[in-house]
Amino acid sequence: MKLNLKIWRQKGPKDTGAMKTYPVNDVSEDMSFLEMLDVLNDNLVRKNEEPIAFDHDCREGICGSCSLFINGEPHGPGRGITTCQLHMRKFKDGDTIHVEPWRSAAFPVIKDLAVDRSAFDRIQAAGGFISVNTNGNLVDGNALPIPKVDADTAFDAATCIGCGACVATCPNGSAMLFVSAKVSQLSLLPQGRPEAKERVLNMVEQMDKEGFGNCSNTGACEVECPKGISLEHIARMNREYMVAGVTKK
Amino acid sequence: MTKLDSKIPEGPLERKWTDHKDHIRIVAPSNKRRIDVIVVGTGLAGGAAAASLAEMGYNVKAFCFQDSARRAHSIAAQGGINAAKNYQNDGDSTFRLFYDTVKGGDYRSREANVYRLAEVSANIIDQCVAQGVPFARDYGGLLDNRSFGGVQVSRTFYARGQTGQQLLLGAYSALMRQVGKGTVKMYDRHEMLDVVKIDGKARGIIARNLITGEIERHGAHAVLLCTGGYGNVFFLSTNAMGSNVTAAWKAHKRGAYMANPCYTQIHPTCIPVSGTHQSKLTLMSESLRNDGRIWVPKKMEDAQAIREGKKKGNDIAEADRDYYLERRYPAFGNLVPRDVASRAAKERCDAGFGVNKTGEAVYLDFTSAIERYGRTQANIQHIENPSAEKIRELGTAVVSEKYGNLFDMYENIVGENPYTHAMKIYPAVHYTMGGLWVDYNLQTTVPGLFTLGEANFSDHGANRLGASALMQGLADGYFVIPYTVGDYLADDIRTGPIDTKRDEFAEAEKAVKDRIDHFLNNKGTKPVDDFHRRLGKVMWDKCGMARNAEGLKEAIIEIRKIREDFWKEVRVPGTANEFNQELEKAGRVADFLELGELMCMDALDRNESCGGHFREESQELEGPQKGEAKRDDDNYAYVAAWEWLGEAGKAQLHKEELTFDVVKLTQRSYK
Repeated sequence: MKLNLKIWRQKGPKDTGAMKTYPVNDVSEDMSFLEMLDVLNDNLVRKNEEPIAFDHDCREGICGSCSLFINGEPHGPGRGITTCQLHMRKFKDGDTIHVEPWRSAAFPVIKDLAVDRSAFDRIQAAGGFISVNTNGNLVDGNALPIPKVDADTAFDAATCIGCGACVATCPNGSAMLFVSAKVSQLSLLPQGRPEAKERVLNMVEQMDKEGFGNCSNTGACEVECPKGISLEHIARMNREYMVAGVTKK
Repeated sequence: MTKLDSKIPEGPLERKWTDHKDHIRIVAPSNKRRIDVIVVGTGLAGGAAAASLAEMGYNVKAFCFQDSARRAHSIAAQGGINAAKNYQNDGDSTFRLFYDTVKGGDYRSREANVYRLAEVSANIIDQCVAQGVPFARDYGGLLDNRSFGGVQVSRTFYARGQTGQQLLLGAYSALMRQVGKGTVKMYDRHEMLDVVKIDGKARGIIARNLITGEIERHGAHAVLLCTGGYGNVFFLSTNAMGSNVTAAWKAHKRGAYMANPCYTQIHPTCIPVSGTHQSKLTLMSESLRNDGRIWVPKKMEDAQAIREGKKKGNDIAEADRDYYLERRYPAFGNLVPRDVASRAAKERCDAGFGVNKTGEAVYLDFTSAIERYGRTQANIQHIENPSAEKIRELGTAVVSEKYGNLFDMYENIVGENPYTHAMKIYPAVHYTMGGLWVDYNLQTTVPGLFTLGEANFSDHGANRLGASALMQGLADGYFVIPYTVGDYLADDIRTGPIDTKRDEFAEAEKAVKDRIDHFLNNKGTKPVDDFHRRLGKVMWDKCGMARNAEGLKEAIIEIRKIREDFWKEVRVPGTANEFNQELEKAGRVADFLELGELMCMDALDRNESCGGHFREESQELEGPQKGEAKRDDDNYAYVAAWEWLGEAGKAQLHKEELTFDVVKLTQRSYK
């Protein structure tokens, strides 16, 4: 099929950037979206033009590197998939497709479609862990039974891949779904309880410092999250945050 | 020939590690503060090592090329992690895990290393639980296990189909805790481009900041490479797009020997190639072989009709299907080890029975499983005389519950419903057992340069068992290197900071800059991927699932030609001082083009078949094992460690003889 691509080009963080049009031919429906961009880039290099920069790595939906805003949706049409899992059979011959980077004040553009998501790492470093050293002198893994329902709910939260789609789709640019996924995972597990108060306070403080917006319960993040992480986790984080704020000594 | 000293401790196998830990030197806490360690790569091995060393008090600098440490390719591991906990009370023990791993590796690994791996495996699970890794649990709240290929016990711990992700996020959280404390300085979007040696010791690295293009010097008292495998030398593999050999290859060029580079694991169940645009291959978990049956048509005309689109798999009558694994290996059937299953698929496709348009695919069919589960469900629900449709409906629900996420992934990529049409699969490159040679302390032949995880060669021999890669990465990072690196660093407590203004840094930096300039000023016309694809095809055809001397010799000549063309014809647009992904690729492919030749040389030297390395000249010619791989323990029970001699294609072979004091060498039979 033939497609008309409108792609965001931006030379660097300080460049203003603009949409540029690229017609592409011979797109096979078996291609992934990123493979279609590979073919376009291949042609650009042959024409001695600069290829389009975009982040990607595992190409099987788990590393969280890929990040495109396609026709107004993070990771494009389809639910429960990342951009690398999007295939061209979702499009029709003659379609015009708009491709943009994640848009958020906290995710500055590095070049073209690649953005800087290191704010997420800083939030993790502020409290997204359990303070246990790796010396191996620990109790047996089965010494602490964890009810299956808690373990499963913690797992649902832990599947977050840190891609940032929640921020990109949120009208407020909020990172609440991302932060709450980690807070929720660790607060559901008994191992995470001793530090639960400090964790939620520190992570939220860092989140605010990074310039992410507030949550106004639009729920777009849950819809676009490739791992289907539930808004319930935001509710759990809010509760943890309030309790921590009230009871902190 | 230099004698390689593996530094295996004396004493009985089960005492070696404990005694070794008790007697090696350690660095006092007050002195650790004066010592800097560089860790390259933040997967399971690197993330675990960086976190552990920082907790102990060393100053750590950690590097990764991804935009975050959490994205290293360990994250993509699906199945699980082995540990000899014996929670299932099925007779598991450290010894059994050790024995299964040595046997699974076709007797080409070191007994002492593998025993240590099995010994620390149980600690890994405890450690991960304490970190908050949400392993699967049963209704009593205790940790659950499942079975995996090649073993007779249930010792695999898992977190749905995302075990690698959960373990890596555990290591990442430990790492970020140290970053927050300032004990680890994290350099993401940085690529290591050389090792710097001073007075024969590794004393730092040259790295490129991938955003600004700046070339940076970093000094340290020891350098740890935790940079993963080199499967992307084949262009198409299940590895991430960025996975590369560059760090290991630069170390090799600085004097670290490369061991058993030809040992490659080709996984039997991957989604086949669909066209020339293909950028990577996707694995379908080994667990599918528990219920799926693998077949191709018996009649050539049926296979042809399927390839031309005139027939579908469902049109082929039961009697006209060749369930070739069940036919050839009645005892193990569809559950033979990965290397055996892969070669059998290739044999049928080469004979002309492949079932997609490229001729390189076989069916993985769940019809029998759906029918079997459907009947059981009908009995459970007391449905008398259920119709065929009802049975199918009930059976489909059971299969969906077990493998739903994999079936969805398949349908998403291929666009065909695997519940109603048999899946098409084909083997693909998945893991590399070879890597930098290390001694028992994980130190390479360059003092101060250590290698952990998939990047080293030490634990899996010629074939890795499922769920063992995660175990090795974390064992090396959490529980081995924290001890062994101290023995080396005990000499450095008075050294003081490494001066990066020294000539050795300047020389290495200049070489890196010169190469970048060469790429950018080359007047070529072709993109990097052109050459990578050509290399991948040669490697796959001639150094892939089956190898022979003639093909390997041809491959060496062809790779040299591709390398020559690459340096003349490659075009890298853009500049050095910006985010330039084509430039990153060019550097990586240049190194693959040299590694590929060494892999062929190693495969040519090893005129035996063992594990993933199958030499057509070395197979059983008669008897019940006719056509099966034939190992040659008299002549090849060694580790092949290659020394760089100044240019690609020139390397000196050093042999580390493998001795087996505990395990008895036998032929693996699955008939």
